[in-house]
Amino acid sequence: MGRADLQLSPTATLTPGTGAGAESRTGGRWRRLPLAAVLVAFFAFLVWTVALRQAVLFAVGIGMGAVLAGARFGFTTGWRQLIEQRDPRGTIGQLLLLGLAATLSMPLLAGYPELQAALGPPSVSLVLGAFVFGLAMQIADGCGSGTLYKAGMGVPLNMGILPLFALGSFLGSAHLDRWLSLGEVEPVSAVQAWGAGGALATTWIALVVIAIGVRVFAGWRRDWIDRRWVWGAIGLAVLAALNLVIAGQPWGVVYGFGLWAAKVAQASGGFDGATNAFWSQAGNAQRLSQSLLLDVTSITNIGILGGALWIASRPGAGAEKPLTAKQWAVGLIAGFVLGYSSRLAFGCNIGAMLSGISTGSLHGWIWMPVAFAGTLFGVRVRRHFGF
Amino acid sequence: MTSRRWLRPLFWIALAGFIVWDWSHSVAVDVRQEPPLIAAGSGQAVSGGHCSLAR
Repeated sequence: MGRADLQLSPTATLTPGTGAGAESRTGGRWRRLPLAAVLVAFFAFLVWTVALRQAVLFAVGIGMGAVLAGARFGFTTGWRQLIEQRDPRGTIGQLLLLGLAATLSMPLLAGYPELQAALGPPSVSLVLGAFVFGLAMQIADGCGSGTLYKAGMGVPLNMGILPLFALGSFLGSAHLDRWLSLGEVEPVSAVQAWGAGGALATTWIALVVIAIGVRVFAGWRRDWIDRRWVWGAIGLAVLAALNLVIAGQPWGVVYGFGLWAAKVAQASGGFDGATNAFWSQAGNAQRLSQSLLLDVTSITNIGILGGALWIASRPGAGAEKPLTAKQWAVGLIAGFVLGYSSRLAFGCNIGAMLSGISTGSLHGWIWMPVAFAGTLFGVRVRRHFGF
Repeated sequence: MTSRRWLRPLFWIALAGFIVWDWSHSVAVDVRQEPPLIAAGSGQAVSGGHCSLAR
């Protein structure tokens, strides 16, 4: 694995790419110069006309996109490899990410009252949403971060899914009050309940137990550590902590998408945020009226797209495997469902699982196993449609 | 021509166009009221949106 993996083609169904020679590496550097200029120009634009914080968060997002794409750190793929091939490396990498992110984030939350955890309410909608998200992400071949980085890399299906993900997220948010009426309890914070030390110890114990279970399932003789997953975990944990320190809130993906679609819906006259339970809330209403460049999750989402595009601009991309019309239709529907369910579940793999667990939220620990249960069905549906 | 060849530039043009559209239709940014560069230690409460928020 390792270097060969980095040449994998960014396609909906990954196929091996060709190697890159010195000549194409040189050409690749020059090819990325216009992109570098655009990214720097946008950074400068943010500094001068929006806010320095947003410019820095854009840079953090670029880092996130580069790590996600460069390490092919796919939550969806990692779970699928574990289920279908008993390959534990991706899942172990994800567990490492959760532990590292918690190690960085929990003490920060305890030490700085300005910082907020990703505290979602345990609820009926969380369970339903997480299960459906886990199922749909296998069909769409991408979760929240996966959809973003693959779209940035130019994977056709994920580029097509992105607007539908946004639409689904928006509708989910607009309907959220009705889903919450089915039943919810107050969010639970391990950091508030047990302090940073107690929350961190509990988190690591739980992650180690899960890792042992993964290894037992995969078989003790299987390789369980892969360099790219480890470096990806380290990179993303650091960037997630930076997001928390700078923005004051954990990394998120889904809110930004819902906001984009909500803006379009409101501008079209088809939606009045003032009459909606979610979008009439003061903070959400303000974000509807102000530039999306001021929104934290929006700016990191844009950065992720840019960082992934940077990685995709390297030479050596392989051929894409074309999808049938039926696969396109199924994939796009799955993308919409992904967006809708992620809102019900109070986040995707990033907002709920990574940010929830690393900041001590009970809802993250509910999200993960329920989404995995959904993924068990999702991989079968994916196989059924020949992806 | 693969689907990626036309879809990729279309995607980025659409995204850029959306950002420009949003910028032109949103309340003007008050650069004198920008948020603190680093929230930790700033003493200011966070006010961003996040997917974990129910409301």
